[in-house]
Amino acid sequence: MLAYVIRRLLVSIVVLFFATVFVFLLVASSGNPLALLKANPHIPQSTIIARENLLHLNDPLWQRYWIWFSHAIRGDLGTTISGQNVWSEASSHLLVTLRMVIFATLIAIVLAITAGVVAAVRQNRLADHTITVTNFLLLATPVFVIGLALKEFVAIPINQHVGTTLFYTDGEQSPTLSGSFISRLPDYAEHTILPVLTLILVSYSAWAIYQRSSMIETLDADHVRLARAKGLSPRRVLIRHVLRNALIPVTTVVALDFAAVLGGAIITEIVFGWQGLGQWYLSGVTDLDTNVMLAYLLITATFVILFNLLADILYAFLDPRIRYG
Amino acid sequence: MAEPIAEENFIATPTSIATEEAGSHMLATAAPGLELAQPLDAHGLAGEGKSQLRIVIGRFFDQRLAIVGLCVFIGLGVAAVLVGHFWQYSYTDITNDLNVPPSWGHPFGTNAIGNDMFAQVMRGVEKDIQIALTVAAMATLIGVTVGAIAGFYRGWVDSLLMRFVDLVLVVPILAVLIVLANKLAKESSGWLGLAIIIGALSWTYVARLVRADFLVLRERDFVEAAKALGATNRRIIVKHMLPNAIGPIIVNATLTVALSIVLESTLSYLGLGVQPPDVSLGLLVAQGQDSATTEWWLFVFPVAFLVVLILSIFLIGDGLREAFDPKKSRVRA
Amino acid sequence: MPDPALQVEGLEVEFPTKAGTVHAVRGMDFSIAPGEVLGIVGESGSGKSVTALATMGLLPKSAIVRGSIRFDGRELLGLKEKQLAGVRGTGIAMIFQDPMTSLNPVYTIGWQIAEAIRAHQDIGKEAAQARAIELLAKVGIPNPAERVDNYPHEFSGGMRQRAVIAIGMANDPDVILADEPTTALDVTVQAQVLESLKTALSETGAALLLITHDLGVIAGLADRVIVMYAGRPVEVGTVDDVFYKPSMPYTLGLLGSLPRLDSDGTERLRQIPGSPPSMLGAPTGCPFAPRCPLRADICTTTEPPLVVVPSVDSVGGDHRAACHFAASVAAGEHGALFSDADAGVAAP
Repeated sequence: MLAYVIRRLLVSIVVLFFATVFVFLLVASSGNPLALLKANPHIPQSTIIARENLLHLNDPLWQRYWIWFSHAIRGDLGTTISGQNVWSEASSHLLVTLRMVIFATLIAIVLAITAGVVAAVRQNRLADHTITVTNFLLLATPVFVIGLALKEFVAIPINQHVGTTLFYTDGEQSPTLSGSFISRLPDYAEHTILPVLTLILVSYSAWAIYQRSSMIETLDADHVRLARAKGLSPRRVLIRHVLRNALIPVTTVVALDFAAVLGGAIITEIVFGWQGLGQWYLSGVTDLDTNVMLAYLLITATFVILFNLLADILYAFLDPRIRYG
Repeated sequence: MAEPIAEENFIATPTSIATEEAGSHMLATAAPGLELAQPLDAHGLAGEGKSQLRIVIGRFFDQRLAIVGLCVFIGLGVAAVLVGHFWQYSYTDITNDLNVPPSWGHPFGTNAIGNDMFAQVMRGVEKDIQIALTVAAMATLIGVTVGAIAGFYRGWVDSLLMRFVDLVLVVPILAVLIVLANKLAKESSGWLGLAIIIGALSWTYVARLVRADFLVLRERDFVEAAKALGATNRRIIVKHMLPNAIGPIIVNATLTVALSIVLESTLSYLGLGVQPPDVSLGLLVAQGQDSATTEWWLFVFPVAFLVVLILSIFLIGDGLREAFDPKKSRVRA
Repeated sequence: MPDPALQVEGLEVEFPTKAGTVHAVRGMDFSIAPGEVLGIVGESGSGKSVTALATMGLLPKSAIVRGSIRFDGRELLGLKEKQLAGVRGTGIAMIFQDPMTSLNPVYTIGWQIAEAIRAHQDIGKEAAQARAIELLAKVGIPNPAERVDNYPHEFSGGMRQRAVIAIGMANDPDVILADEPTTALDVTVQAQVLESLKTALSETGAALLLITHDLGVIAGLADRVIVMYAGRPVEVGTVDDVFYKPSMPYTLGLLGSLPRLDSDGTERLRQIPGSPPSMLGAPTGCPFAPRCPLRADICTTTEPPLVVVPSVDSVGGDHRAACHFAASVAAGEHGALFSDADAGVAAP
C-alpha cells in the first residue's frame, strides 16, 4: 500500500509540473496584457516599452515560462496590474472560497449517499420517484440559475416576511464586521447559507444519481446473494456488502468532480458577490492581468491534482485488488 | 491520475463520466463493452433476429419519459424556427411597449428597451440548440477518434493521449473557457467560435469513455478473429469495434449536448458568451436577474425554457441509455 | 422412517416479463432424508436453479412462488427476510455456481468465513478466526493459517469454491444446496471441489441437494436423482434406477449423449435434436414431444403424469417417470432411440 501511495505521489508531482506548462501556455495565448495600455493614446510609447521589458514580453516563450516558474516555486507569484502582491491576495481569497467549497462538498456527499441508498432500496416506489425526479430537475438547472432562484425567490421573500435579513445575498460577511470570532459566527453563517446551499444542490444531484445507480447494480451482485444465503441480517447485508462495495465508484466520481465544484464556486461567488478566488480570477481575466490568471489556474490545478491523489488512495483503501497493481 | 478501473471491477460498475461545467454536474453511465445482443426471451435463448436497430428503437419508445423528452426537445426546436420566421416581431425589433407584462400581443412581455420577449426567448432557444449540436458533433468526432486510438493501440500511445486528456481536465473547464471566451469576445467571431472552444474542451469526456470501452472490446475474440483474417487495424476499429461501442457513444453525445448548453449559457451569463445584439438564454437570464421580483417575466421565461430544454435532453439521454442497455427489466433464471 | 430434512410439495415459480409469464417451475415435489444426496439434473433453463433459489427465498421480488417448502417443521414459503435469515446458513446453506463472483472482493476470506460463523454463533473474533482456519484446512486449502488473510482475488477459482464450501459448512447446516458447484471449473479442479464437498457432508452430516447438468458428477455422489425438463420432474429414482433402467426418452437421450470410456471410439455421440422449449405460457401436452422419437398423438394433447416404473432393486425404490410409454421404454423395447437417423426430426 505504501509503495502504491508513493508511486501515485510521484506521478502527481509530474502532472503538476506539466500542468504549470499547460497553464502558462493558456495564459500566454490569451492576449496581450498591455492591450489596454496600448489602446490608450495618452500613454507614451516609452512607458509601454518599459513595461514590456519589465514583463519580459519580448523574450522567447520558454524563457518567460522559466522566469515565472522559478519565482512561483519560491512562492513569489508577482504582482497584480495594480501592484498588489499576488500571493497574499490569492491566499485571502482562497480562504473565502474554501469556506464555501468545503462545507458544500462534505454536506453534498453525505446527502448524496443517503439519497442514493434510500432510492435504491426503495426502488420504483414513491421515495425513489421523488428523489430521482428532484435529482434530475436539479441536474438540469445550471448553477447560476439555482443561485439566482435562491436569491430571488427564497432569500428576499423570507427576509421580507421575517422582517430582518436572515439570508444575506451579497458578500461573505457584513462590511463592518468586527469582534471575536465567536461573535462573528452568526454573521458568517447568515452570509454563507445560500451560497453553500447552491453548491450543495448542484453537486448532490449528480452524485446521488450515480450512487443510486451504483447501489442498484450492486444489489444484484452474486456476492450479495451469497451474503444473504449466509443468513446475515438484511441490515448487515445492505451496509457491509452492498453499500461498502457501491461506495467505491462513487468515491472516484466525487474526487474527479472536484474541478467541477471549483468551477461552480466561481459562478456562486459572482451571483452572491463573494470576494472569493473565482471572482478574483474573473476580474483578472477581463483585465488581462496575467499574474492573477496564472495564480488562480495554478492554485486550482494543485487542488484538483491533490484531490485526485486522495481519490486514488481512498480507492486503494476501499478496494484491495488495486493496491498491488 | 485517478481513473476508475471500471473494466476490471467485478462489482459490475458502470463506467461513469462525471462531467463538469459551471459547477452543474452531469453523468453518463454506460456499460463498457456493450454489445447489442440478439433478443432473448426470459430463458436466455435467442429468438428470431429482429434488426438490432429496431430493437433499440423499440426499447426507446417503450419509455414514456423518453418520448416526452424527445417531443419537448423537437417541439422547442421547431417552435424556435417557426417563431423566428413567422412571429410578428423579430428578436431585434424595438417596439414602443416598454416593460410590459405578458399580454396577447406580447405573450412573454417586453423588456426595458422594448424588445418582444417571446421572440427573444425563442431566439435564445434556437441559438442554444444550434451551438449545442455543433459542439456535440465536434466533441464526439474528436473524442471518438482519440479514444478509439488510445484504447486500441494501448501502450505508450494510450498513456500519452490519456495524460494529455488528464492535463486538459486538471483545471476547471469553466476557468479555461473564461480565458478563451474572453479573447473571443474581443474578436467577435460569433457563435461558431464559441462552439469551437466549448467543443475543444468537451471531447475529453467522450475520449475517456470510448477508450474504456475499446480497452474491453480489444480483448474480445472477434478482434483476434478479424486480425487472423488479415483485416487492417483501421478496418477492425471502424467496422468491428465501433459498432459495438455505439451505444455509449450515442448516449454520451446526447449528454454532451446538454453539457454544452449549460457551459454556453453560463458563459453568456458572465458576459463572455453570445454577445448582444444576438441572444442566448443565459444572456437573457443575466439581463433579467435584477428584475426577478419586479418584472418577473424577464427572468422566469428564460429560466424556465433553459431548464426545460436541458431536462428534455437528459430524458432523451436516459431513454437512450436504457434502450441500449436495459437495466430495469432483468429476470434471473 | 425419520422425518425428511427438506420437503418440497407442488412448487411452482412464475416470472412476469414483458413478453408474458415465464413458467420456470411447474410442479416440483421431492423430499430429502437426513444425510441423503439428491441430485437434480437438467439442461439450462429446466428450472433446477430456480428450485434451489426458491427454497432459500433468494428469487427476485417479482417472482411468484406457490406450493410448500417445509424445513424443520416450518413452512419457509412466505417468511419475511429477517425470519429467513435465521434459517439460512445455519439450517440450509447454499453454494453457488460462479466462484469468481460469489465472494466479496473487498474482505479477506477469513473475514467472510468468520462473518458467517458469528452470524449464528455467539463467539468472539479470535475464536471465529481460528474456526475459519480449521474450516479452510478441512476443505483442503494449503497453508490455511496464512491463506486466511488473503483476499479472494489471490485465490484460484477452485480454491475460492472450496472457501465457499467452508462457509457453507461453518454452521453445521442440516441441508446444503449446491447449484452447479463445479460447472465453472476445470475438470481436474472439479475433482478437488467435489472432495471438499464430500468432506463437508461427512463433517456436518448434512443432506445435499446437488444441482448439475453433469451426469458424471451425479453418478459419483448422489443417492437419488430427479431429471428435470421444462420446469417439471420427468424421471425420479435412485441413481441405479435412473442410470440402468431409464424410463423416459429424455433420460435415455441424456445418457446416450455421454461419451463413454468403454466405447470403441467410432460411434458418434448421440444428440437429442432440437432445443428446450420456451417457458412462456403453459404448454399443452408433453413438453418433450417435439424432440421425442416416440411422439404420438396423445403426447401432444396430454401431459403425462409421473407413473411408477420398475426399479433395479425390486424392493421398494420409488422409481417414477413421466411418459405415456414409460413401461415400454423401461423394458428396453426401443433400442437406440436417438441415432443419426434422428437428425432429421424437426426442431420446434
